[in-house]
Amino acid sequence: MNKAQIAVIGAGPAGLSAALEAARAGAQVTVIDENRKPGGQLFKQIHKFFGSRQHQAGTRGFAIGQGLLRDCEELGVSVQLGYPALGIFPDGRVVFNTAQGVRSLFAQRIILATGANENNLYFEGSDLPGVMTAGAAQTMINEHRVLPGQRVLMVGTGNVGLIISYQLLQAGAEVVALVEAAPQIGGYAVHASKLRRAGVPIYTSRTIHRAIGEKTVEGVELVALNEHFQPVPGTGEILCADTVCMAVGLSPMVELAALAGCQMTHIPALGGTIPLHDKNLCTTNPMVYVAGDIAGVEEASTAIEEGRLAGIAAARSLGLGDDGRQQAVQERLLALRSGEFGAKRQQAKEDILRTFKEAMA
Amino acid sequence: MRVHEHPILGQSEPESISIYFDGKPIPAVEGEPIAAALIAAGVRVLRHTEKSGRGRGIFCGIGRCNDCKMIVDGVPNTRTCVTPAHDGMRVETQYGLGRGSCHE
Ligand code: FES
Repeated sequence: MNKAQIAVIGAGPAGLSAALEAARAGAQVTVIDENRKPGGQLFKQIHKFFGSRQHQAGTRGFAIGQGLLRDCEELGVSVQLGYPALGIFPDGRVVFNTAQGVRSLFAQRIILATGANENNLYFEGSDLPGVMTAGAAQTMINEHRVLPGQRVLMVGTGNVGLIISYQLLQAGAEVVALVEAAPQIGGYAVHASKLRRAGVPIYTSRTIHRAIGEKTVEGVELVALNEHFQPVPGTGEILCADTVCMAVGLSPMVELAALAGCQMTHIPALGGTIPLHDKNLCTTNPMVYVAGDIAGVEEASTAIEEGRLAGIAAARSLGLGDDGRQQAVQERLLALRSGEFGAKRQQAKEDILRTFKEAMA
Repeated sequence: MRVHEHPILGQSEPESISIYFDGKPIPAVEGEPIAAALIAAGVRVLRHTEKSGRGRGIFCGIGRCNDCKMIVDGVPNTRTCVTPAHDGMRVETQYGLGRGSCHE
């Protein structure tokens, strides 16, 4: 394994979808991922997806993951697991670690589908065992089937915080409350109302002040916030909890793109620093494409479509496949980025395009 | 605690192996992350930091943060959230960088 027409880094929904489309176009594709299991975060998603049928609405995340893996196998995509990518050289060499030492792979095109990291907060006691990212709790309950705690405080009410809170209930934990620093809930109302129906309180304009405990979390102190997000004196309230989960956003994992010399831009609505890219997800380095959360934090359904688009476009740039498929994927992406929540992301994506054009002019 | 019954995921795999946590046997599922077996057994403090000695437990759960480092079969700094459990494995709480046990 030292040559590929197209190398894909990351075997999550975006990376696998990219690999599939590129292979369908006739490219020889290798996917590498640092994890021992493919699928990225898909196998932890036990809820049904939204959107239209084309976007596999009503299908649970893990079933989508299984389908992608099956298709990859049928198309002869090589998926190499347990290999963390260490860097990219200007000549298209991808360097990665293996149990036998550092190896490299020469590729004509590289698709980065590295995903995102969870953000975290600092507060008194935030280093106590029992304080963890919401994703860690989700991994433990849905993938490994163990409860990281019995009484959980969820910090953050974006869709990640809302969905994982509900999944904690499904796994048998008690969610003592969700807190949201902003005056309104961040995620979809449908997810929030499921929690409310289950009797879980959601407090807005409130946050965690500290985690209390000798060796591990035994309680939490909440505090109300004013309109400037400053704590309001005298509003402290102590709850009994053994676990604090943080669902306070994700940041794109852009290190490899930076090493590949891709120019970056900063778009808070999409998670922060993002490699500039055109409408086909090609970065300012014409060998390098991005797809999924690295190209702006969205959802698994958008990651899948972006992956497809990057796969088709990267293969096209090598003279493989045909243009026909690109258009259809772009239309589906547009549909996913409509509505109250989607429109903001669509706007942000258009800002990236404009900045990309300026950078390349 | 294990989630044996789940409304969507159904029944979980049974524990069929044992690993040793600081010498005590605890049940585990073959191939699950060591940290999952420890959490199921109620172990939350996995290591103590070098400077302050404060305890650390799992934080990211996916191999990014290094908070779950322990000494596994004599090897310090092993990320237990991404290291599969096998029968008879010896897992020890790590203090600081865990050098002590390397040189013993
Ligand atoms: S919990 Fe973060 S590396 Fe294991």
